[in-house]
Amino acid sequence: MPILQPIGRTFIAFLEVAGRLSIFAIAALTHCVRPPIYPRLIGRQMLEIGYYSLPVVGLTAIFTGMVLALQSYTGFARFSAESAIPNVVIVSITRELGPVLAGLMVAGRVGAAIAAEIGTMRVTEQIDALYTLSTNPFKYLVAPRLIAGLVTLPILVLIADIIGVFGGYLVSVYKLGFNPATYISNTVDFVEVQDVVSGLVKASAFGFLVTLMGCYHGYHSRGGAQGVGTATTNAVVSASILILCFNYFITELFFAQ
Amino acid sequence: MTEPTAINPTPKIQIRGLKKAFGDNVILDGVDLDIGKGESVLVIGGSGSGKSVLLKCILGLLHPDSGSILVDGQEVVGLYGSDLEEVRAKFGMLFQNAALFDSLPVWENVAFGLVQGKGMDRIEAKALALEKLAAVGLNEEVAELSPAELSGGMRKRVGLARAIASNPEIIFFDEPTTGLDPIMGDVIDRLIVQCVRGLGATALSITHDMASARRISDRVAMLFQGKIIWSGPTKDIDHSGNPYVEQFIHGSSEGPIQMQIRSL
Ligand SMILES: Nc1ncnc2c1ncn2[C@@H]1O[C@H](COP(=O)(O)OP(=O)(O)OP(=O)(O)O)[C@@H](O)[C@H]1O
Ligand SMILES: [Mg+2]
Repeated sequence: MPILQPIGRTFIAFLEVAGRLSIFAIAALTHCVRPPIYPRLIGRQMLEIGYYSLPVVGLTAIFTGMVLALQSYTGFARFSAESAIPNVVIVSITRELGPVLAGLMVAGRVGAAIAAEIGTMRVTEQIDALYTLSTNPFKYLVAPRLIAGLVTLPILVLIADIIGVFGGYLVSVYKLGFNPATYISNTVDFVEVQDVVSGLVKASAFGFLVTLMGCYHGYHSRGGAQGVGTATTNAVVSASILILCFNYFITELFFAQ
Repeated sequence: MTEPTAINPTPKIQIRGLKKAFGDNVILDGVDLDIGKGESVLVIGGSGSGKSVLLKCILGLLHPDSGSILVDGQEVVGLYGSDLEEVRAKFGMLFQNAALFDSLPVWENVAFGLVQGKGMDRIEAKALALEKLAAVGLNEEVAELSPAELSGGMRKRVGLARAIASNPEIIFFDEPTTGLDPIMGDVIDRLIVQCVRGLGATALSITHDMASARRISDRVAMLFQGKIIWSGPTKDIDHSGNPYVEQFIHGSSEGPIQMQIRSL
């Protein structure tokens, strides 16, 4: 049965990666909570992951909010349901689009940078050097990035939510002729705590996934410049796919009855 | 094979039957080596014979396939976690390619083990780092540069300063003088000797430079085809009676060691 062989081999390879990744994640998490913890390094990573991602994430959010309003209008106008636009915008942005799009943008920006940096340190023996200088790379390199990802992404997504809603507001008010006050009150009345909270939980999970993938692929990269390139690609692709998978399951956790 | 001598009854590092292969490529095939406390041992051997791999196995950076490595009588093969970290704290290592942290300025590289590893105050550590840099002939201006702005030989010297900064008990020098001019090479050799004689450290070095080898080592071991085929006091190296060693120290292409090359 030569057809089954490659299937089996792929499955075993998958299990191997899953096992290695789990061990890596557990090791990384234990180093996140066990002292010493480096506040300076965490601060620098928060700046890198959060602050410097603001322009990218903000631009993504505002255009997403704008296009949402425009698309909903062309659809809803057929049923004379234009007044639902603020509701559509706020729910889509807070529950789904804010966290997912921010997560994907950060995966491209930060996940790649982390994988490239740690990967280069690996192939130039800097990680080995860390070990010989009584410094655990999990503690010094991985933990600060994971913590920063976990903490920073919710803040980033909260800002993205606000900017996204503002994008919808701009189009609705200045292009589609909504009353500004009605738009805002509709938005505020309709949004529920759970919408925002579920989005922030997602954001935190995505922040963890992106930084974990960056660190994992960087740490295990080998073979010079090409190896680092592969690690970077793998980090971004795997983080993006995991974001979309986890997005579904977290949604189910919050909203499926 | 090396027996414990009268001066060094228990070796600082004792390696027995160490084997390491990458896939089918057997690199170390049963290495036996003793390094006494306060001794300076030099490993010689052809390029690609596995000298750097040997050092990394002792440090636990590579996992040997089998064999035993005792450091102060403690087995390090199979050790992990905080136990391994404790053993590693005894070591300082100069990497062949220096392996400087390129995100940190030179002085922070040198002070790294003191600040991160030992929790020393940054100002105090910087003063100490500048001192070590001065000992390898680098001034305060260089201390503020980033490693990318240094020449190859300067990088090597920074790596050396970093390796000795925390006064480790055991220091590994992987080709300390490669890429240095002859005068600076002599300065570095003296520094290594000073670390060993003056500070009582145990040293394991690798070099291809036979003049430097004679200056820095008490004992020489030759690695060939995965085994230590000869080991003896450095002063005996010229009459080792071993054709491999003789060919190696005379740098002759005629002899028992055949290079895998085809002439043009
Ligand atoms: N991480 C690795 N993966 C696979 N093979 C490796 C790895 N590291 C080293 N090797 C192989 O092990 C052999 C010995 O390498 P090593 O770096 O120890 O040589 P060396 O004796 O230090 O040589 P040189 O004097 O040129 O530095 C080489 O053939 C190399 O291809
Ligand atoms: Mg080498």
